[in-house]
Amino acid sequence: MASGVKPRVKAPKTASAGEVVTIKTLISHPMESGQRKDGNGNPIPRSIINRFTCEFNGESVVDIAMEPAISTNPYFEFDAKVPESGEFKFTWYDDDGSVYEDTSAVTVS
Amino acid sequence: MTRTKLTRTRLGATLGLLGGLAVAAPLAADENADLVINGDLKITVRAEAPAHLDGALSEITSGWIYRSDETQQLEMDDFDNPGMIFVDQAMDVWGTPDGTEGKSCASCHDDPAQSMAGVRAVYPKWNEEAGEVRTLAMQINACRESRMGAEKWDIVKSDMVNMEALIAVQSRGIPVNVAIDGPARETWEKGKEIYYTRYGQLELACANCHEDNYGNYIRADHLSQGQINAFPAYRLKNAKLNAVQDRFKGCVRDTRAETFKPGSPEFNALELYVASRGNGLSVEGPSVRN
Repeated sequence: MASGVKPRVKAPKTASAGEVVTIKTLISHPMESGQRKDGNGNPIPRSIINRFTCEFNGESVVDIAMEPAISTNPYFEFDAKVPESGEFKFTWYDDDGSVYEDTSAVTVS
Repeated sequence: MTRTKLTRTRLGATLGLLGGLAVAAPLAADENADLVINGDLKITVRAEAPAHLDGALSEITSGWIYRSDETQQLEMDDFDNPGMIFVDQAMDVWGTPDGTEGKSCASCHDDPAQSMAGVRAVYPKWNEEAGEVRTLAMQINACRESRMGAEKWDIVKSDMVNMEALIAVQSRGIPVNVAIDGPARETWEKGKEIYYTRYGQLELACANCHEDNYGNYIRADHLSQGQINAFPAYRLKNAKLNAVQDRFKGCVRDTRAETFKPGSPEFNALELYVASRGNGLSVEGPSVRN
């Protein structure tokens, strides 16, 4: 299992109805590609985050399939329209079966 | 006749190639940009040269201004700065007991935001008890050994570099102000001598690139003044924080010399001298560089 994995999210806490907001996400993860070998010449098994999703009140915002060439600590920045108050839910899926989650609430004023 | 013609053709081709290279301008760097982190923390990236430089530099500048626009922007927001991940990791280590005394950093120093504010700015610093100039890494290791009963950290490995980043971040925006007089003078003079000594098969001193040619390109590298106010530096090329003495080693290696070892008296003296060249610039670490 990958160690030191920690999800981070930066999203606004308030928005006006229908506003398009920028969301930044980052997860610290080694993203071992499976292509490298250790000191004894044995392959190091692949261990990456293979999927990242963001939902707003249950509705999909982004759903991203990730491949081994993606660098360590993958960072995503995307825009989302906020129609009403609610909660963004972020989910990262690890090769080892772990699932990391984070949420961020936004209030429409 | 034929020969002359051939030569001329070749010359024409060579000139054409050079013309092409000149048109392909290197990545843009905005050397006049100002650095503000998180929209409110002003960082001094240009300052008056300290008196001891005696006119060798008209102005001292942070390496940040020589980087491309994209790299500059990464440092302007802590969320975008990948170096902050390692600060978080060091914060976990800060509160974790280690060694025979069962103490953590927090046992003595409590909250780093208070206890470590301004610390990075004055290191390397003369230690009266030990009778030597100590770098921040030496001080951390002294703490680990004598107070915690823990193993020393390798000064270029992640445990140490991340901890230095955690300490540096508490002083961001505070001007570097290392003391070079009194008992530190001898070490400083030694560092200065190393700075101006040519090393390696290429016979290059630190000054040849970082004093005589900063702002110019050395092949694809945009030379900075080699200031160390912004260390530890997150380098895009290796995706981790890098210790200043590791950078020294890389530089000396590139002159095709046998390098001094990180942690050696030579590099410690050089760290004091190079830090003093940046007296007046803000502490900036962890920074983002290429």
